[in-house]
Amino acid sequence: MEKITPHNEALPTNDSAIDKKDLRRRDFLKFAGASAASLAILGLSSCSKDDDDGMDHGGKGLYFGSGDIAILNYAYALEQLEAAFYIQLVNNPYSGMTDMEKAFFTDIRDHEIAHREFFKVALGAKAISSLELNLSGINFSSRENVLATAKTFEDLGVSAYNGAGWLIKDPNYLLLAGKIVSVEARHAAWVRDMIDNGSFANMEVVDSNGLDVAKSPTVVLSAAAPFIKSKIDVSDLPTY
Amino acid sequence: MNLLNVFEQINTVDPEFSDRISPRREAIKNLASMTGKVTLAALPFFVSELFKKAYGATAPTDVNGVLNYALTLEYLEAEYYTMGVSKAGLIPSGRPLGAITTIRDHEVAHVKFLKQVLGNKAVAKPTFDFTAGGTFANVFSDYDTFLAVAQAFEDTGVRAYKGQAGILLGNRVVLTAALQIHSVEARHASHIRQMRRARGGGAANQKPWITGANDTGIGAVVNPIYAGEDNVKQAGVDITSLNGSMGKISTGAATQSFDEPLSAEAVLNIAGLFIKA
Repeated sequence: MEKITPHNEALPTNDSAIDKKDLRRRDFLKFAGASAASLAILGLSSCSKDDDDGMDHGGKGLYFGSGDIAILNYAYALEQLEAAFYIQLVNNPYSGMTDMEKAFFTDIRDHEIAHREFFKVALGAKAISSLELNLSGINFSSRENVLATAKTFEDLGVSAYNGAGWLIKDPNYLLLAGKIVSVEARHAAWVRDMIDNGSFANMEVVDSNGLDVAKSPTVVLSAAAPFIKSKIDVSDLPTY
Repeated sequence: MNLLNVFEQINTVDPEFSDRISPRREAIKNLASMTGKVTLAALPFFVSELFKKAYGATAPTDVNGVLNYALTLEYLEAEYYTMGVSKAGLIPSGRPLGAITTIRDHEVAHVKFLKQVLGNKAVAKPTFDFTAGGTFANVFSDYDTFLAVAQAFEDTGVRAYKGQAGILLGNRVVLTAALQIHSVEARHASHIRQMRRARGGGAANQKPWITGANDTGIGAVVNPIYAGEDNVKQAGVDITSLNGSMGKISTGAATQSFDEPLSAEAVLNIAGLFIKA
């Protein structure tokens, strides 16, 4: 990743020249200032790219593409992470895992694999390759740690789909995201209830208007960064 | 419950009704021999599908239409849980009452929020009849019936919001809010399903997610609420053709991993039975 440098491009001469992307970059810069360290892991490069031709991405990491394709790859990346986590969880059950826990974790594993494989096939040649992940910080023999991690991933997944919905241009993709996010929310609620029965939708995730969490792709990727080893190029991923 | 009268009424509205329901006639006949309260209580969901012409519900076509459609469903849920929580002895104290109270608070907040967004465009709260004309006589006196209807409402709600997302395409404020409500409804559905599972009996195998078309343990009478949930094809991809952990992804997992939308017409038919005026 190139160094984050102050935005020194000439100011646009009229309003129409301020495209969404420039606005996004500016928001991004603001954000990057606050958490440059975690972003370095991701290899985010939007602030250092001067070319907008979408071609020169060599060496900058797995390119997500732009527009809806980038959002689908973003979802694909998150599903890869979730699937890998649950595969390892089911293969290495913590001691005392109940039959119900085993059964439901297996169900969830299969759901995440289904999501992952679906995105891979749907994206075809535009799919990013398999991410190299880092789950070494998770103590799979600890029920407490596993459930806490599952809760983090599921709540993050819900907030990711909720926050990316309005960025999607194609109604068919939006519907697909909707079909998946409610399943993630069902997971999140169950995992939370395993930690503390009744916490399925507590104030950590539901505000005073009764609304769940929605997060921008930039914020979500920053949260996922510690688990993603591969360098990724999300410079054209719509965000805010 | 006067089922025959109901059928008479439907026949008046829809003369072809009898022809079309023949596959379901068995299910209706079987009802007579069933004693489960839940089965009887859930009957209106089946019948309501047939009220299409009587209700003449129209699907929303614009943003305010979607918001008012959502508001109507939230009015229904908010009043349902408010009445349930206030009915002494219905919901066991402790965690069950705590959970239902949490859900009530969310539904009440949704109503308030949607009314705020809509301003003077907000539709008024309908008058509800959760007994559905007496059919549901025990909905606020039998806990299992109460939970079964709650699950039906929550799973319907999840499907309803999904079905309208397209109208809100690209709308940062409204679509995002709708999605934020949608996932809360899914959290509720997950928890209610767990509560029913814990009650055992016909709900003993209930999972937090939906398997196939109608996994409720309630019976064929709630089929309209789960119609299409057995879909395994997403964007032309057959999920059961994809590689799973060992072999292909199972049909069960394929249906669980994607929740399906429900058309506004179908949702309004379901909700309509509980609306008096």
